[in-house]
Amino acid sequence: MAEKEVKLMKGNEVIAHAAIRYGCDGYFGYPITPQSEVMETLMELKPWETTGMTVLQAESEISSINMVYGGAATGKRVMTSSSSPGISLMSEGMSYLAGAELPCLVVNCQRGGPGLGTIQPSQGDYFQACKGGGHGDFHMIVLAPNSVQEMHDFVADGFDLAFKYRNPAMILADGAIGQMMEKVVLAPQRPRHTNEEIAEECKAWAACGKSADRERNVVTSLELKSEVMEQINLRLQAKYKALEENEVRYETIDCDDADYVIVAFGSSARICSATVEMARAEGLKVGLLRPITLYPFPKKAIADLAKRGVKGFLSAELNAGQMVEDVRLAVNGTAPVAHYGRQGGMMFAPDEVLNALKEKLINNK
Amino acid sequence: MAEVEIKKENLVYEKPKLITDNVMHYCPGCSHGTVHKLVAEVIDELGMSDKTIGISPVGCSVFAYNYIDIDWVEAAHGRALAVATAVKRLHPEKMVFTYQGDGDLSAIGTAESIHAAARGENVVAIYINNAIYGMTGGQMAPTTLLGMKTATTPYGRDPRLNGYPYKIAEMMAHLDGTTYITRQSVHTPANVRKTKKAIRKAFENALAGNGFSLVEVVATCNSGWKQSPVASNQWLEQNMLPFYPLGDIKDVKKED
Repeated sequence: MAEKEVKLMKGNEVIAHAAIRYGCDGYFGYPITPQSEVMETLMELKPWETTGMTVLQAESEISSINMVYGGAATGKRVMTSSSSPGISLMSEGMSYLAGAELPCLVVNCQRGGPGLGTIQPSQGDYFQACKGGGHGDFHMIVLAPNSVQEMHDFVADGFDLAFKYRNPAMILADGAIGQMMEKVVLAPQRPRHTNEEIAEECKAWAACGKSADRERNVVTSLELKSEVMEQINLRLQAKYKALEENEVRYETIDCDDADYVIVAFGSSARICSATVEMARAEGLKVGLLRPITLYPFPKKAIADLAKRGVKGFLSAELNAGQMVEDVRLAVNGTAPVAHYGRQGGMMFAPDEVLNALKEKLINNK
Repeated sequence: MAEVEIKKENLVYEKPKLITDNVMHYCPGCSHGTVHKLVAEVIDELGMSDKTIGISPVGCSVFAYNYIDIDWVEAAHGRALAVATAVKRLHPEKMVFTYQGDGDLSAIGTAESIHAAARGENVVAIYINNAIYGMTGGQMAPTTLLGMKTATTPYGRDPRLNGYPYKIAEMMAHLDGTTYITRQSVHTPANVRKTKKAIRKAFENALAGNGFSLVEVVATCNSGWKQSPVASNQWLEQNMLPFYPLGDIKDVKKED
């Protein structure tokens, strides 16, 4: 077996490397802190000279997401990345991508908001990412990495899921994951799909030039007949149901015998894994459940823990309390659920979370 | 009336091959049908029907995809040239064009339009300027003439209240990325022929990689203007053309 290629890299840089290695066809973006290294790295690596990947700096995030829409409409593997305010500008495009059932990858390296907010890390876009992120009834597939390695891996996973379900996928990272440097094992280079392969694979829907052997393909989210539009909506909902049944991913640490479970994702989960160690050292039976897919959310795993007799759940997030609503829905009143968070770009330390756990749940009988 | 048999010898015109049999939703007298026909003819004559990707806008021509038998992508309002940019860059061998109205291309999509032109994307924008929002019921467009009555300028467009109309074609002509910028109309048979020539030239430019081309078509919206089709054509000539004069605004090839 070939030797593994191990590099020390920033989370943002690795997105660029992973995209090229996955065989991504195009990246369209607009600079914004704290994720600008994604496009900077791509421009430095010049993939158009090697794999033939297109990289373009657009005039705005509105333009970049619509370039993604155009590329995706032709069956190509295309992506963009941004940070919170830029993602807000992309919401219109996300809705159109979901409505037209187009696969693509969007990376959100979250920063503190609302408004222009701050450039420091935050998880304040959970609602935006998981509850739609645009007008109309739709969901994106949302993956939450907690390491530079997962930033790398989720590029391939995100594209694969997006194409499997013909739905936009998002990597919901934050400024901490994007900026921190870690060891990462890089995937081997995969070839890009050829135009012929795409024309065959995406024959049923992609607008890549009408060949003689098929009807014309029209990529649109428009349908003025309400009876038909309802059927389109029902088809989308069936897709989301299939996602919820088949694609939930999560990780548990010390949950088997846990009296209390911390639920945390992304960089928060990284911090909370240290909280679990501290708690265990004190003899407290604390576990961690880390949702890896935020949509679909690991409802059943959380419900099962509640059923097993967990005495309380603490949703630890870098926001004012967003995912906690989904934890509460999953627990459905069978155990107390509390939230602990920091906002505005502030992060919590492991002992802060442990203190919050004690105060809000363990000692709050 | 005696039935006239249609034979090859007496056939003077036929429906363009790429125009579908779908019933058009455009109002009788509207310029869209004529321009669709010209686009379809040019794509067919260039032998590009399997290599052309059209980007339709939001507005009356949102359903352009129902009428020309090629692959289409329907864009969000104003974003057609961003969509076209990616389609062309990812498929450089294809012919990519947008078909947009004045609201789409020169109001909500001004940034996307200007920047695609500035970058010199090798695509064509067919720009239908009828000085009004047809689809939503006749509101003011960026191109609405001063004094012109619309649903949102019921007393006539007043520059102090509603601002001035502008000419995006002339703006684009200043950009290094553009190669062919022209303004045409389809209100007389002679003008229809000129417009077809312009569309063909624009498509050829895009295929040759010469940069961005815009074909503006000064058009009628008789429903929005609340006039008969014939009166609309006259009104266009008397009111639109003095402000939007016809002809090539920039033709880099000619200048060489």
